[in-house]
Amino acid sequence: MSSAAARAVLAGLRDRIRQFDGRAVRDRAVLPFGVPEIDERLPGGGLVLASLHEVCGGGNDAVQGAAAMLFAAGIAARTRGQVLWCLTRPDLFAPALAQAGLAPGRVLYVEAGDEKSLLLCFEEGLRHGGLGAVVAEVARLSMTASRRLQLAAEAGGTLGLAVRRFRSRAEADAFTLPSAAVTRWRVSVRPSVPLPVPGVGRARWLLELTRCRAGEAAEFEVEASDAEGRIAFSPRLADRPAAAGAWRGSASA
Amino acid sequence: MLVGREGTRRVVTAVSRPAEQAGLRVGMPLTKAHALLPDILTLPADPAADAAALERLSLWALQHYAPIVAPDPPDGLVIDTTGADHLHGGEALMLSGLVNRLGASGIIARAAVADTWGAAFAAARFLADPVRVIPPGSAVESVSPLPIHGLRIPPEIVAGLHVLGFSTIGDLLAVPRAPLVLRFGPLLGRRLDQLEGIVREPVDPLRDPERIVARKGFGEPIGAPETIARYTTALVHDLCLALEKRGLGARRLDLIFHRVDNSLQAIRIGTARPVRDEKRLARLLCDRIETIEPGFGIEVMELSATLAEPLVLQQAATSLIEEAPADIAGLVDVIANRIGAARLYRIAPVESDVPERSFQRVAPLAPDAGATWQGQWPRPARLLARPEPIEVMALLPDHPPASFTWRGVRRLVKRADGPERVFGEWWKRDGERAAVRDYFQVEDAVGERFWLFRSGDEVQAAGGLGRWFLHGIFA
Repeated sequence: MSSAAARAVLAGLRDRIRQFDGRAVRDRAVLPFGVPEIDERLPGGGLVLASLHEVCGGGNDAVQGAAAMLFAAGIAARTRGQVLWCLTRPDLFAPALAQAGLAPGRVLYVEAGDEKSLLLCFEEGLRHGGLGAVVAEVARLSMTASRRLQLAAEAGGTLGLAVRRFRSRAEADAFTLPSAAVTRWRVSVRPSVPLPVPGVGRARWLLELTRCRAGEAAEFEVEASDAEGRIAFSPRLADRPAAAGAWRGSASA
Repeated sequence: MLVGREGTRRVVTAVSRPAEQAGLRVGMPLTKAHALLPDILTLPADPAADAAALERLSLWALQHYAPIVAPDPPDGLVIDTTGADHLHGGEALMLSGLVNRLGASGIIARAAVADTWGAAFAAARFLADPVRVIPPGSAVESVSPLPIHGLRIPPEIVAGLHVLGFSTIGDLLAVPRAPLVLRFGPLLGRRLDQLEGIVREPVDPLRDPERIVARKGFGEPIGAPETIARYTTALVHDLCLALEKRGLGARRLDLIFHRVDNSLQAIRIGTARPVRDEKRLARLLCDRIETIEPGFGIEVMELSATLAEPLVLQQAATSLIEEAPADIAGLVDVIANRIGAARLYRIAPVESDVPERSFQRVAPLAPDAGATWQGQWPRPARLLARPEPIEVMALLPDHPPASFTWRGVRRLVKRADGPERVFGEWWKRDGERAAVRDYFQVEDAVGERFWLFRSGDEVQAAGGLGRWFLHGIFA
């Protein structure tokens, strides 16, 4: 059998498997990061739009969730349409979202009193189908709840981002418990590259893809979201090209 | 001072606060009042106009607060908050909002929430200052120490009870009921039972003759949620037909259930824009059926559009030009009716350099002005509700700190940016005439970034003095 024929057979089989999975063609639309190194690790070449994704902060950020929130804001900024942002603690500073590419006119905030009504609003937003993305800052996300949210995301064709905001460092271990989310990311802050002048450069994150349905775990060192919500790849120091290393040397001197 | 007639006598029916301090009391003969304060301004009482005004006030409360409202003459309103308080952020917020709005229009009001009408009546008059929420189940303990005037009984009975030595509601509740009823008639016993919730007391709701109503009576009482949902949908259909005839859309819908045991249950929903879409309205109402307690069954369901506004239909743009943004009004209504409209908002920029004043909440469907925050300085992702004091070590007066201690953790500052100077808004607030904040963005050894500022006046700022605070967390 020629390789072209083999590929056709394989494609047909994949289609049948997807049909078993109950997912329509529309649901396969993805949102690429625009960074080839990350996109090639994700099945389909990006984040699947009609599904639930989980983001958590690493280290101290597990409680504050600032980096995780900006990472989610960057993703939401690159979708089209309105974004619903569900929270329980109103300490989010909206100008930071605007600086991550989410204009204030695009974000609708829901301040839920407790986790239960937060999940209700999250699900309602996903099911509506008219929104670009729904982001929710949740502390607990059980398998049942995440399964419901995943089904709602599939039904509405909306990108769901669960920013896990744990109440204590100890609770952050719960991030290893299973959930129905398609991908799971952990964002930890890294010291930024020193600038040649005094000042603070672009923030750098260690992005760990700890779980990915039909894909493999990976980790990337990236530069934080810019004004359009795009992250940029920054190679690890060891793999850094010689020219960049030379620049760094002179910069820190 | 207002003067009314009681038989052939002329008695005082209302007094102003200064007059009350001078010793005037309601129920006092006019001649005695004149003897106490000879030059007091007296006006004739007009009970009919008072009643009409009270009814107008009830209508206003009906449109804005809850589906079941009735005037409680001579000076009260009774509101059944069931199914409506969540729209105003809970009972306490609802009450204070109500009292504040009445106060703004010159009506000094006191309000209380309790399990029963009787307890709420007494609490509003003797406990509320100006509001009081009595938690469920503790109505009797709360009102026991109150005077027997709070029982809604005629003054003759009050006087008679005083003669017998009863002064508080608790005294009356403690003694056997039968001798009291024998002496003072069945009203006293009924009021006590109503206060305790032993006897139900239905509120006869005020009806606006102009509002659009759809009504359905049942031969056999219904109770199953599915049945209620089915008839709700049917009622919405009827109501939408009536609304269509008048070119209106509903802004507020009340669904009132008359139960077999002569009590009422209600659902209220609100929408952000006038709506006449049957599916959407039915969905909003059916979402809240779970809050209804059908008891032994429901006899009558009554759906009314308490607030209706002209509905302007818009022609949808063709998809040839560009994809129209999806309409999220439906979603806004669903969420607002579930968790309260105040909890759903957009954030719009405000022209202010002070970070905590640089944004405001606006309605979820407010038109987007396209404005955003000016300035290129980075802003933190989390802003603390109030800046937290930190201890710092700074090498030079005008430099960022070399290290700081926040919440017991000392952090070395590796990189920093700043200062960004923010002046107090002296043109708005006198207290901020000399206030200055110098903001620094600092990064510690592991890469965490914080937003610190040094607060003080300009002299302190120039000398690097002043106290340090942590105000936000970057990513």
